[in-house]
Amino acid sequence: MHRFANPARFMRIAERLLPWVSGATGLTLIAGLYFGLFASPADYQQGETVRIMYVHVPAAWMALFIYTTMAVASVSYIVWKHPLADVAAQAAAPIGAGFTAMALITGSLWGQPMWGTWWVWDARLTSVLILFFLYLGYMALVNAFDDPERGSRAGAILALVGFINVPIIKFSVDWWNTLHQPASVVKMDGPAIDNSMLIPLLLMALGFKLYFLVVLVIRMRGELTARRVRALRLVEADV
Amino acid sequence: MTPKRRRLTIVFLGLLMLGSATALVLTAFEDNLVFFYSPTELETKNIGPDRRIRIGGLVEEESVGKQADGVTNTFRVTDLTKSVPVAFKGALPDLFREGQGIIAEGRFVKGVFQASEVLAKHDETYMPREVADALKKSGQWKGQGTE
Repeated sequence: MHRFANPARFMRIAERLLPWVSGATGLTLIAGLYFGLFASPADYQQGETVRIMYVHVPAAWMALFIYTTMAVASVSYIVWKHPLADVAAQAAAPIGAGFTAMALITGSLWGQPMWGTWWVWDARLTSVLILFFLYLGYMALVNAFDDPERGSRAGAILALVGFINVPIIKFSVDWWNTLHQPASVVKMDGPAIDNSMLIPLLLMALGFKLYFLVVLVIRMRGELTARRVRALRLVEADV
Repeated sequence: MTPKRRRLTIVFLGLLMLGSATALVLTAFEDNLVFFYSPTELETKNIGPDRRIRIGGLVEEESVGKQADGVTNTFRVTDLTKSVPVAFKGALPDLFREGQGIIAEGRFVKGVFQASEVLAKHDETYMPREVADALKKSGQWKGQGTE
């Protein structure tokens, strides 16, 4: 881990990988959308509406994945003072908030025709809404301090405390009666989803993950540059 | 103990305590966290008659009918052990049919659950129609719905 602790070296490597990962993101998303929206069959129960799944489910996965990434980065920041960890966590937060909003909105659009309601306060929907507020709260807290170091530390603690919500979201559909159905893909006796629908779903999930990587690196680059500018200004002010 | 180890221990213990606290709170509030009761739970939980609640289960086979007024749908909701009669005035969701999972909100009046809202619950199975038909034909069907 600490081989990449040098921000300059990290940026050099990231810079070289970025065009390739961007290309792969575009290709995967185009393929995923084509298979999801055109080349996959309609569902026996839900008909064409099932196509919302190809956006909704990967977005919800990303919402959890990005928050977990932020929590891991926060541990690394608090315990080992890894110099890139707080940059990564802060760069990831708005992307995670975006995916969470996407999951909530597409879920609402899907709920109306299938369940007969836009929104219910069941355990799954409510805990995801809390996740969305955690993202927003994190972003607000990090920027609420004059000293960026203190903002980073407060944010890291909030990210860790909020991490308790991630297993609650994941298992809410198993622990309590909910309107939301249980997991289809990750379950004990194999996915409850036909291969012709699983493949576009996984393609979209991969595409979203690559997209996250690309935007994360771009945002981290911006934040690292901003920090250098800040440091140079301080030096200048001293002279 | 090095500062790193100390910080790691603090983070670990902090998360452990937070986790236990959350687990206790969630267990204590369990009854408020469930979105609906199944017909069997209704008997054991002893819910007062005038309380607005949600019940959930499958629409019992050959139980769907209409009352004489032509707009009130009647059916029974079952969890395959117990079942309760439900009356609902209004349009049912598209997915509503016998064998389908549903959630109804309302209250009991003289032993009949008077629903003010009926939501369809769909299961976690996704497959093309042809596959569903083939499974039904070969008798391997495990999903919802019987149509």
